[in-house]
Amino acid sequence: MSAAAAAGSPESAAESRPLLEAEHVKLYFPIKTGVLIDRTVGHVHAVDDISLVLGEGETIGIVGESGCGKSTFARCIVRLLEPNEGTLRFRGQDITHLGRRDLNPVRREVQLVFQDPVSSLNPRKRVGQIVGSPLRLHGVDRDKAQARVRELLERVGLNPEHINRFPHEFSGGQRQRIGIARALAVDPRLIVLDEPVSALDVSIQAQVINLLDDLQDDFGLSYVFIAHDLSVVRHVSDSIAVMYLGKVMELSPAKELYTKPIHPYTHALLAAIPIPDPVENRARQRTVVGGEPPNPINPPSGCRFHTRCPRATDVCSEVEPPLAEYPGGHLAACHHPLSVSDADIAGATRSPLSPLSAGRLMPGGKEVPAEPVQGGDEEAPA
Amino acid sequence: MADHLLDVENLQVSFATEDGLVRAVDEVSFTLDRGEVVAIVGESGSGKSVSAMTLMGLTRSPNSRFGGSARLNGRELITASEHDFESIRGKEIAMIFQDPISSLSPVHRIGDQIVEQIRAHEDISKPAAFDRAVELMERVGIPSAADRARAYPHEFSGGMRQRAMIAMALSLSPSVLIADEPTTALDVTIQAQILEEFKQLRASGESGVIFVTHDLGVVADIADRVLVMYAGRVVEQGTLDEIFYDPQHPYTWGLLGSITRMDREPPRRLPAIPGLPPSLINAPAGCHFRPRCPHEFAQCMEVPKLESHIAEAPEHADRCWLEVEEKRTRRLINGRIGLTEGTVIA
Repeated sequence: MSAAAAAGSPESAAESRPLLEAEHVKLYFPIKTGVLIDRTVGHVHAVDDISLVLGEGETIGIVGESGCGKSTFARCIVRLLEPNEGTLRFRGQDITHLGRRDLNPVRREVQLVFQDPVSSLNPRKRVGQIVGSPLRLHGVDRDKAQARVRELLERVGLNPEHINRFPHEFSGGQRQRIGIARALAVDPRLIVLDEPVSALDVSIQAQVINLLDDLQDDFGLSYVFIAHDLSVVRHVSDSIAVMYLGKVMELSPAKELYTKPIHPYTHALLAAIPIPDPVENRARQRTVVGGEPPNPINPPSGCRFHTRCPRATDVCSEVEPPLAEYPGGHLAACHHPLSVSDADIAGATRSPLSPLSAGRLMPGGKEVPAEPVQGGDEEAPA
Repeated sequence: MADHLLDVENLQVSFATEDGLVRAVDEVSFTLDRGEVVAIVGESGSGKSVSAMTLMGLTRSPNSRFGGSARLNGRELITASEHDFESIRGKEIAMIFQDPISSLSPVHRIGDQIVEQIRAHEDISKPAAFDRAVELMERVGIPSAADRARAYPHEFSGGMRQRAMIAMALSLSPSVLIADEPTTALDVTIQAQILEEFKQLRASGESGVIFVTHDLGVVADIADRVLVMYAGRVVEQGTLDEIFYDPQHPYTWGLLGSITRMDREPPRRLPAIPGLPPSLINAPAGCHFRPRCPHEFAQCMEVPKLESHIAEAPEHADRCWLEVEEKRTRRLINGRIGLTEGTVIA
């Protein structure tokens, strides 16, 4: 229907500077104990050195199991949480430690859509108030806001006549549309979608995904799309980051991730999804990865996946693998990569998006010398 | 007929509410044998959970009305007294719920909760029951079960809690196990592990499993036979292969069309079923799927019977007025089974 667009070529005006840059972002939650005086006894390593770049009009999918830090990272991007370390830049402006007042103009451009459409809408407010409140907060007067709300409701596929209804009068899919309309109200550039369709039925999921796709084309939006499995993100993303225990395991153009997963964890995630075809399903050799994600308070040394990885060797528990860049801008942090040729391994370079703590050892056994540069210009992967 | 482990015939469940009568389940019939997995598929509000819970006697209330019959080993469940159910529930028919954290008691140790269930039905000593609980936990893949049996539910991860629920459900070797979306709240890698447990259970041939889910991928992985429910009615039922390769009802086409394949090139737009599921209080007259169906015609104002239209497959039944041949051509969209070509936003 709509023209194939989205991927590839962002508008030349914005090309100079990516929309969102995250550099070595870390967020640790302290674990406190004590009765009168708090004592910090440890940290949950929720987001542990994540670097990403998102261009104008693009979508990055962030995938991982529960507890991998994907939602925490999303909350860092919209600055509901303040990272402990690292830098977040929005349109080149450092927003990492901005205060409330300075964040206001940024908040207008970066919006969040939550997973649960029931608890993210105030049950005592009418739809008009819910969708209109961001407008009012940003100084739009009542009548104009009202007209704009009707326009927005129509745009997300709801009946503008329902402006005076309460959230409980809508179905799950419709409520998520209300959440989307609220995010759209202030004309954002970037919308962070935290599992926007996980709570919805399959047939309704497709409707919402298609809506998001249309809105992106119409308004030139960028999305950060958080999901807990690989099935949904594929349709919306230009690139996909796979997270595990606070780290990025693989960062790849969306197409390649499914045909050519490099990291064994990505492979495991793909293999765990049942094929919706009985014959092929019976024929498939399922490799079920055993175990569960370890505790993020004391994450495993070296590669965080080594405790569950079928390909793990000694080196995996000793050296944290850097993100190696393979042809096509496909990044993976693994000492024993899958689906790449020896030539690819030999030609792989250490990506500047690698965590600072990562070792110098590249797959194939070569060592890269330490470079003193930190931060500075980065190469966009997509 | 009497040979089946579970024989559900014309099951009807409705609830009287302030807004009117909700027909949650309407004329559901199926059978279940040992070693067999029957999947009930449908969206929220389709009546799949209510059907399952009714078999457990969990939907009884002053406002609920029942019809039809459900016989377990020849014993009628619908009219069974609450006293009878005390010995049936847990022992002959057990259930695993979607959300293990709210189905386990937070203030009792996991092992003790399993012991309690065993001792409610059997006259054995506490230590003996505890040993059995540990054995069961080992069987469902809980590592160092003897220690973990002394842990509380909050000390377990989601996957482990679900394993504990399965261990509890299996503790009295029930002949029927009902699993209501047992993997929906779990991560994919953990879901794959839990599905393996169900496959082992099926292979053991001890119980018959009713697997309620909305995920057709899971269905393809585990089910022998499938019931597709929509707005309280079964719209199609048949073997796994019949449902996937020769689906007869437009709603099934829509469901099949809306699943995405990881190993294929994705379509530009996701195929969606237009519209919303109806309210069960004012369900549309005739075929309930009619308002969302692009193939609707005059006859759809009458409710089609659930019956087989294919001579070679007498067990493959559906509720649709279209001719079989017509269905086989209409369901193909660009060579794939689907309902519409990615129409969106109703």
